Parts: sequence; C-alpha cells; structure tokens
Amino acid sequence: MKKLFALTSAIALLTSVSSAVYAGVTLDAVKKKGFIQCGVNTGVPGFAGTDDKGTWKGIDVDVCRAAAAAIFGDASKVQYTPLTAKERFTALQSGEIDILSRNTTWTLTRDTSLGLNFAGVNYYDGQGFMVKKSLGVSSAKELDGASFCIQAGTTTELNLTDYFRANNMAYTPITFDTSPETAAAFDAGRCDALTSDQSQLYALRIQLKDPEGAVVLPEIISKEPLGPVVRQGDDEWFNIVRWSLYAMINAEELGVSSANIDELAASTKDPNILRLLGQEGIKGKGMGLEDNWAVNIIKQVGNYGEIFERNVGQDSPLKIARGINALWNKGGIQYAPPIR
Amino acid sequence: MAVEQQPSSAPAKAALWRRPVFRSTVFQVLLVLVIVYVGNSLLSNTLHNLHQRGISTGFDFLSNAAGFGIVQSLIDYQETDTFARTFLVGLVNTLLVSFLGILFATVIGFIMDVARLSKNWLIAKLAMVYIETFRNIPLLLQILFWYFIVLNKLPLPRQSMNLADVFFINKRGLYLPSPIFESGFWVVGVAILVAIVAVIFIARWARARQERTGEQFHTVYASLAVLFSLPVLAYFAAGSPVGWEIPELKGFNFKGGFVVIPELAALLLALSVYTAAFIAEAVRSGILAVSHGQTEAAYALGLRPGPTLRLVIIPQALRVIIPQLTSQYLNLTKNSSLATAVGYPDLVSVFAGTTLNQTGQAIEVIAMTMAVYLTISLTISLLMNWYNKKKQLVER
Repeated sequence: MKKLFALTSAIALLTSVSSAVYAGVTLDAVKKKGFIQCGVNTGVPGFAGTDDKGTWKGIDVDVCRAAAAAIFGDASKVQYTPLTAKERFTALQSGEIDILSRNTTWTLTRDTSLGLNFAGVNYYDGQGFMVKKSLGVSSAKELDGASFCIQAGTTTELNLTDYFRANNMAYTPITFDTSPETAAAFDAGRCDALTSDQSQLYALRIQLKDPEGAVVLPEIISKEPLGPVVRQGDDEWFNIVRWSLYAMINAEELGVSSANIDELAASTKDPNILRLLGQEGIKGKGMGLEDNWAVNIIKQVGNYGEIFERNVGQDSPLKIARGINALWNKGGIQYAPPIR
Repeated sequence: MAVEQQPSSAPAKAALWRRPVFRSTVFQVLLVLVIVYVGNSLLSNTLHNLHQRGISTGFDFLSNAAGFGIVQSLIDYQETDTFARTFLVGLVNTLLVSFLGILFATVIGFIMDVARLSKNWLIAKLAMVYIETFRNIPLLLQILFWYFIVLNKLPLPRQSMNLADVFFINKRGLYLPSPIFESGFWVVGVAILVAIVAVIFIARWARARQERTGEQFHTVYASLAVLFSLPVLAYFAAGSPVGWEIPELKGFNFKGGFVVIPELAALLLALSVYTAAFIAEAVRSGILAVSHGQTEAAYALGLRPGPTLRLVIIPQALRVIIPQLTSQYLNLTKNSSLATAVGYPDLVSVFAGTTLNQTGQAIEVIAMTMAVYLTISLTISLLMNWYNKKKQLVER
C-alpha cells in the first residue's frame, strides 16, 4: 500500500504537465476548490487525530484551520490527508496537499534539497526516550545495548544513531511504518525503549495498555523544531501560512484571545492590537487577503496559548508544560516578528 | 503467376496502402514513434518539473553517508556506510526471506497436497480446511497476526526460554550458537566435496547397472550414508575444528551467537503458510490432470503405488504444476515487500522507506526498487521456464 502511494505520487510528479510554479498558483487553486488540503499525522494525540465525532483536532490541525480562517473566513474549510512519515514529502511535492502540518522537523536537508520551505515553528520539541518502569532504568546513558522501536523515515532514526555513536554505546533499531505500530510493538515488549519526539512520547504513553508502567526519561538528545511546510517557489502561499501562525503568536503576546477579541475590537486604543485586527496599517493587502484575516483566525481558532493549552497543555489529557514553547518574554523561545 | 497472365484490364498490383507488408510496417513504425515520444516527454517533463521545484535529482545521493542503523544485515553494515550500502542490505534481506519462503512454501505445499489427496477422510478434510482458511485471508493480516502472536506469547529477555543453555527464545528473537571455524576446517570441506562426487558416481553406476541387468540399487540410502558419514569422520579426524559461540545474557539482551529476529520469523511463517496453500492446490490440479487410466495401466504392469506416483504420475503432473508454481514463487517474492508493516528491514522498508525519506529522491529510489523486483522476478521466471522445458513432453 505504501509502495503504491509513493508510486502514484511519483507518477503524479511525472505527469503534472502544466507545472510551472508561479507565485499565487496555490492560493488561486485553493480558492477555486474552496478548501485547503492539509497533510497531517495518521494519529498522534494533541498534534493530529480525530475525536469521537470524526473531527480532526490537534495543534498541527489548528495551523491548517488558521490558514483556512485567514483565506475563507471559515476555519472549517480544510480537508485532511493522513500521511505516514515516509509519504509526507512526496505528497507535498506532487501537489496532492497544500500544507504539510505533520510534526515535521525543520532541517537543512529538508529545507534545501526537497523543493520545500518551512513556514515557521509551531512546536519546539526534542527527542526523548520512554521505557517500561520494570526495566529499572533512570537515564538514557544506561541504555547501552538496548533495542529501540522507532518510526521509519524520521529524523529520530538519525538522532538515535548520532547519540549512541557519540556516547560509544551499542543499540538495535527496529523501525515501523506508523506510530501506532511502533507503540504496539513497544507495548508487546519487542524493544526495551521507544524513542521519538518527547511530545509524542507523552501522547503515545496514554495509549499504552498500562500508561503508569512506562516512564519518559529526562534526556533530550536533539533539537526538533516542528512546523508547517509548503512547496518552494510560491511565496504568496508561503507568506499566508507563515503569517497565519505568527498572527496567533502575536495575539497571545498582545493578550488577544478568542474570548476577548470582540470587546477589544470595539474598545482598544493600542495601535499594536489595532494593526493585528486590521483596523490600521497594511492590513491583509500584501497577502491578498481580507483585512480581518487575523480576526477570523483568533475568533475561530484562538491565539497560540489557547491552541497549545487546548491540544497538548493543561486542558488536554497530555498536560505538557509550556517549557520552551512559552513566549519569548515569559521564559520560552516562541517569538513572532511584529505585525506592522 | 496466375495474376501475371491476367489481361491488363485487372490491376496488376494492389495499391500501396492495401499491401499487408507495407501496412504492418507503417503501423509498427508509428507505434515505436509514439512510444519513444511518450517516453521522452515523460522524462524531459519530469526533469523539467523537478528542476523547477528545486528538488535535487540524480544518483549522487547513493554515495552519501546513511547515518541510520538496520536491525538485521547479512553483509557488513555500519551507520557510517553509504546509501548504496543500505540498498544492498535491503536487497540481501529481501532475497533471504524470498529464498527461505519459497523453500518452506514448497515443502509445506507438497505435504498439504499429499494430505488433501489422502484416502484418510480426516487428514483430507484437515488439509482442505487449512488450504481454504489461509488462502482466503489477506496476507497482511496474517503477517500482523503471526507477529503479534509471536511477540505476546514469548517471554522477556531475562525470563528467556532456555534449551540446554545453548538455545534461547525471547521477545527479541531466537538465539542460536554460531559456529567459529578453526584452522583445520578445510578437511571437513574437502570431505563434503568428496562425498558429493561419490554420490554422483554411485547414481551413475546404479543406473548403468539397472539398464544392463535390471537389478535395482538403494541409491538414496547409499547416498545419504556417504553424505553424512564422510564429513562426520573428517570432522573428528581433524580434531573437531569448529568452536561454538554461545549467546549470553548481557545487560538488556543476549550477545553473541546467531539471532533470528521475530520480524523475520513472523514474515517467513506468514509468507510460507499463505503461499503453501496455493501451491498445494496447484499440485493437486496437476496430479488430478493425469488421467486415472495411467494409474490403472501402471498397476496392471505390476507397479506398486509408490513407484506409480514417482515414475508415472508426478512426471506427467509436473507439466501442469510448474507454470503455476512459477507464478506462486513470483507472488511470494513480491509479497515479501509487506515486510515493512512489521519492521523487517527488507528492500522496501530500508531503501524505498527510510532511504527515500532521508534523501527525498522519490523517483530515483522507486525506480531502483522496481528494477530490482523486476530483475528478481524475471530471474525466477527464466529458471522455472528452463526447468519446465526440461520436463516438457517430448513428442517423437
């Protein structure tokens, strides 16, 4: 099935005749079909997954919803394509999806040789390890000779190798296609440890048969800035995705949330907020959007703090602390250029 | 000639476009032109698109360092090796599981066929249930089933099942002692070669004698005795020149020895059991295709059931069986690409999976992978066709 997918994508790439990538092509196509095609994870709680009504939820999903709110004024105009790690770049390259928002790590290779651009970072992550408590291990340094369940086609595979080579330790990698398969094999005891981005470890932990029996080790062995990706060469589309994300971060910084936006819109005198709400300054013109693009995002999706807490933070089962994902002026590194 | 003698009122020659030779040539040339044009425009279009989208192309990536580990490799492999090496590792793993799968599937298939045609009602019905069950469940489900059954039932490394302190079974795999060949081992090697040559001579001599005198000789038993005894004698004569490396529990797992990982075991089990069901039916069709009159004739000549099957039925049945067997072997090889679902590092998993994703060179990687499967399949096809020719009915 996976092979078939890669093959069809390759064929799509082979046969897309009118291929010239001009600025604006994606936006026009998206407006014409009436929705954004968004590539997401096959299922990682907090990042992308469906609830009991079949609605997609997650911090990655909200990036696509924000872009839809900015373009259509309606955050629900998104259709989702669940992708494995292996399929994701081909799906974006071949034009099957418009945005890839699938906890994808921003690296030099991916940014420069795949014909793709990273539009920003919606979650700063790092790779960690999860082990069964019964193993009696409290640090990754004690994992010499252990076997690891990993998801194929991720930076995780490479980081693991680097870490063990640097520390001169032995390891056995067992790679699976999707993260549910990886977790199932770990649960069945195929490997001593599961390694992935730390946020995912928490998400996978609550899916185990006995979540209390597993523990996430303190070590972080890599930098994993995760963010939305678009095709290279379409700057207008790139700007829209990038500034949809930045609008949410700026909104949190300015204290604008989905709860108080109407009130602020009527009463505020703060020029920063007025510019964000499209009542002053350049507004949506540079991106080819309506003036109230950011208002729609904040009203329908929320500011960055809201989407974080709702999906992965205190209002979710994951209860991940803000940590380095707090705003730059609150001890974290989330920072967006100003809207002016 | 008759045409030439006709009076000139009738046309001497048909119009050019009515001549079969001319027309067929024109159509063939046109077809070739169309194929070349389509192929060329696909290629140039692709290169153009890739270039325009800033996606790197070409096979340079094969010489870059891979940087990821692989759980099972029959050839020497390190993380610092190149992507070309990962291609080889995946290829060897695919060949391994295909080869073993074909072997096991054939054996199980033939046994199941014999059972299916047995006169014993219970055995025949059991074989039928086996065939109908495994033939009709999708292979991917079977692979996952065996994998998680195997994993869930086995103990953790520290509680391994232990056979004589030499073999160990746990969730990480089956650990076997691995042989270490010492300096005197060449004697055993020579003994094996000598035994093989001896067997060939025995067979030739026995056949010549049977043709001359009609006397039969127990070639099979004699050959087995020679094949077994000579190497064993040589082994002890050379002073047991083989050491054994016994797996030992160190840290998280066993170290040393030889390991069969559960992914390989599950994949192999599923592939063999699934394909064997088809092979059993192919063999049954071949045997039933030989008319019952052949058996009756053989019995009338005084042949017992064993030789009847071996000398009369099987040689004729093979002509029907071999072509079907070929396609089952091809299916098994291609189905081995489902390995990626349980994390067995075959070509699709390692190369068309991880390597593709780390390099992003989708078209090159997929093309190479397809070429490999095509080559393997064509090779199997060629071998089986050659075998088929040898077994074909020779009409005089």
